[in-house]
Amino acid sequence: MRHRSFAAFVLPSALAMLLFIAAPIVSVLIQSVYAPHAQVIVEIENCGPFGCTKSTTVDQEATARLLEEQPLGRFVGGDIYLNRNHLATSEIGAAWSAASGLGDFFSRVLNLPFYGALAFTLTYTAVVTPLAMIFGFFIALSVNSLPRFMKGPTIFFSLLPMIVTPLVGALILFWMIDARGILGSALQAIAGDPNLSLKASTPLTWIMLMVYGIWSSAPFAFVIYYAGLQTVPQDTLESAMIDGATRWERVRYVILPHLIPLTTFMALIKIMDNFRVFEPIVSFQAAAHAQSLSYFIYQDLGGETRLLSSAAATSVLTILGVAILLSPVVVRTWRDYGRKIA
Amino acid sequence: MHHFKKALLAGVVVIAGTAFAQAADCGITAKGRVSIVGNEFPAIKSVAAKAAECDNIEFSSNLTADHQKINVDGMKANPPAFTSAIIANSSIVALMNEDVIRPLDDLVAKYGEGINPQQLITIDGKIMAVAFMANSQHLVYRADVLEELGIAVPTSYEEVVAAAEKIRASGKMQNPVGGAYASGWNLAQEFVNMYIGAGGEFYKPGTAEVSVNNAQGVAALETMKTLSGYMNPDFLTHDSNATSAEWEAGNVALMNMWGSRTGVLMDAEGSAPEVHTNTKVSGPLTVGSSGVPATTLWWDGWTVAKNASEEDAAATFLALKHGISPALLNEETMGQAVWMIDGYTPAPVNEGVFKTMAAKAVPYPMLPYHGLLHTALGDNIADFLQGKESAEQALADVEAAYTAAAKEKGFLN
Repeated sequence: MRHRSFAAFVLPSALAMLLFIAAPIVSVLIQSVYAPHAQVIVEIENCGPFGCTKSTTVDQEATARLLEEQPLGRFVGGDIYLNRNHLATSEIGAAWSAASGLGDFFSRVLNLPFYGALAFTLTYTAVVTPLAMIFGFFIALSVNSLPRFMKGPTIFFSLLPMIVTPLVGALILFWMIDARGILGSALQAIAGDPNLSLKASTPLTWIMLMVYGIWSSAPFAFVIYYAGLQTVPQDTLESAMIDGATRWERVRYVILPHLIPLTTFMALIKIMDNFRVFEPIVSFQAAAHAQSLSYFIYQDLGGETRLLSSAAATSVLTILGVAILLSPVVVRTWRDYGRKIA
Repeated sequence: MHHFKKALLAGVVVIAGTAFAQAADCGITAKGRVSIVGNEFPAIKSVAAKAAECDNIEFSSNLTADHQKINVDGMKANPPAFTSAIIANSSIVALMNEDVIRPLDDLVAKYGEGINPQQLITIDGKIMAVAFMANSQHLVYRADVLEELGIAVPTSYEEVVAAAEKIRASGKMQNPVGGAYASGWNLAQEFVNMYIGAGGEFYKPGTAEVSVNNAQGVAALETMKTLSGYMNPDFLTHDSNATSAEWEAGNVALMNMWGSRTGVLMDAEGSAPEVHTNTKVSGPLTVGSSGVPATTLWWDGWTVAKNASEEDAAATFLALKHGISPALLNEETMGQAVWMIDGYTPAPVNEGVFKTMAAKAVPYPMLPYHGLLHTALGDNIADFLQGKESAEQALADVEAAYTAAAKEKGFLN
C-alpha cells in the first residue's frame, strides 16, 4: 500500500484514538497531580428533628473564590502518588527501619492497601492467564476432533461462560458457593466440616476468584485457538502421521509451534484484562479478602466523599502496571517482526 | 359505526376520569419539572409515588441503592438531571460539600404551610432539607426462642452475647446472632454505633484530626469480634438484605437492624409463621457503662437542587410537600416508617425507633469529613475481625487511611 492511501485509511481511527483514548489519559494525568483546595471550615449549628448540635461545614463562598483563582485545585505534584493510599514511600521506609526481619517487613508492606492489592492482582494474573489459555487450548483440541454434527452445540455450550454477563455469572456462582448454597454445602459434606465457608477464608476466596476467572475467560482462548486450529497445514500433519508421530507428538511438534504467534497475541490481551480484575471482586463481595487497583478506583469514585485525584493517580498506576507487565511480550513481538522484515 | 363512536367516547371519558382521580391539586401554578433521586426502600417509594400524583408537573424518579453515586453529578449539571435528592443526615453532607442544593427559606415562607417546624433541617441558620421520617438501628429478637430458654430481652451487647451462648448451647441455632457486617459501608456503620456506645469521640476536639485508636476503639472492635463469633461465618458478605434473609429463614434470633426494614420481617411474606409472628422489636443496645446507646439516629428528608429553575424548584417543593402530606398515610404506608407527619399513629413495628429516640441516642455525625472516615473504617476493620491483625493495628490503619484521604481533600494540612 502506498504511504498516502495508508495514512488516509488509518486517519479516522487514529483521530478517534487520540480523542477517546489519549486525551482522557492526559486529563487523568493532570487530575492526578492536582488536589482540591484546602477546605475552609466554619463552625455552625445544625438543627433538626433530634434537636440542635454544634457542627462544622464547608464555607461555600470561600471555596468558590479559591476555585475561581485556580480552577484545577492546588498543585501537589507527586504527593498523591506517594501517599499512604498509593505507593506509600515513607510508610515503606518506616516499615524497613522498624521491621524485625524480612518476613515482618513484607507483612508490613502487604498491609498497605496498594501493595496488598498488587499482591492479589499479580497472583491472579499469573495464575489465570496461563491456566485459562491451557484450558482453552484443550477444549479447542477436543472440539476439533468431534464429529461434525456435534460441533455446533458443543461450541455454543463452551462459549456460555463468555456470553453470560460477568456480573451475573459471578453472582450466580456467589449464591452457589454460599454456606447454604449447593456448592458450599457439597464442600462442607466432602470436607466433613459444617462450619467450612468459602467466603470467610482468604485463601479459599482467592482460589474461588481465580477459578471464576479461568471459567469465564477460557472460552475466549478456546475460540481463538479453535480458529487457529483450522489453519494448521494438513500436509504437515499428514506427513507427521506417516513418519509415525503419535497424537501427542503431532500436537507438540506441529500444532503448538504453528499457534505460537496466536498465543502471544492472546497473552497480551489476557494479561491486560486480568491485571484490571474488577467484576468478580464486586459480585463475590470479596473486598475483605482481595482487592485490586480497579476496585480502588471504583471505591474512590463511589464513596460518600469522592476522591477524584486519588482515583486518577490509581488509574495512571494501573496503566503503568499494564505497560510493565506487557513489556516482555511487546519486546518479543517487536524482535520477531524485526527479524522477518530484515 | 355510531355505536362504535359512542363506545370509543365512553372509553375516553373513563380514561380521562381515572387520570382526573389520580391528579391532585398541589398548588402548582406554573408547570415545572420534578425529578427525584433517592434510596430504594418502601417509605421512599411511597413518598415518590405520592409526589407523582400532582398535576401540572413533568415527573420522573430514580430510586436506587446506588443513589449516592449519581446524585451529586446529576444535580451539578445545569439544568440539573435531578431537581431533588432524597437523602439522610449522612448523605446530605456530600451535597453540602459540593454546593448542589439550595436554601429553602424563601420556598418555606411562600409555600411551607403545613410543614412542622421540627421537620425543617437548618444548617447554619438556613433551611436545607425537609425531613419526613426518622430511622435508627435497634434490637430485633425472636420472642419464642428467648421465652423457651428463659432469657430476658437483652438491653446490652453483653447480654446479647450471654443469650447467644445459651441459644447455641441449647442446640436450637448454631449462629443465633445476625448483623449487617458486610465489609464496606455496613461494617463501618456497626463500628460507628459501637464506638459511640463505648463513649468514644471520633476527632480531636475542634479539628478534623481523627482519633479512634484508643481504649474505646479497641473495646468496640473486641465487642464486634465476640458478636461475629455467633454469626454465620459469611458475615463479612452480609449486608442488610442478606441479614434480613437470614432472619426470615429462621436462622437468627437476635440482631441489630434498621427500623425501616423491620416491617418486611414482620409481614407474612417470605418467612414461616413461627418466624414472623415471633419477630419483635426492642430499643437500642448499650455496650459497657457509658450509658450512651450503641446506635445512631437518622432522618430522611428531601432537598431541592441549586441549579433548578424557579418554576422547577417551586414545583419540586410543592410536589414533595404533597408527597409527605397527611394524605400519604393509609393502612399500607402507616407501618413503613416513623413518619413525621400529622395523623401518624405508631405501629408496633415502629416501637424500636421510638425507644431509640427516648433512650437519647445521638444523631449520626454530620461533619464534612466524616464520610472519609466511614470509608476508611469500612476498608480496614475487616482485617481485625478475620484475625489477621490486632485491634490497635486495624485502628492505626484506619487513622492512616483517613489522614491520607483528608489531606488529599484539603481537610488536613
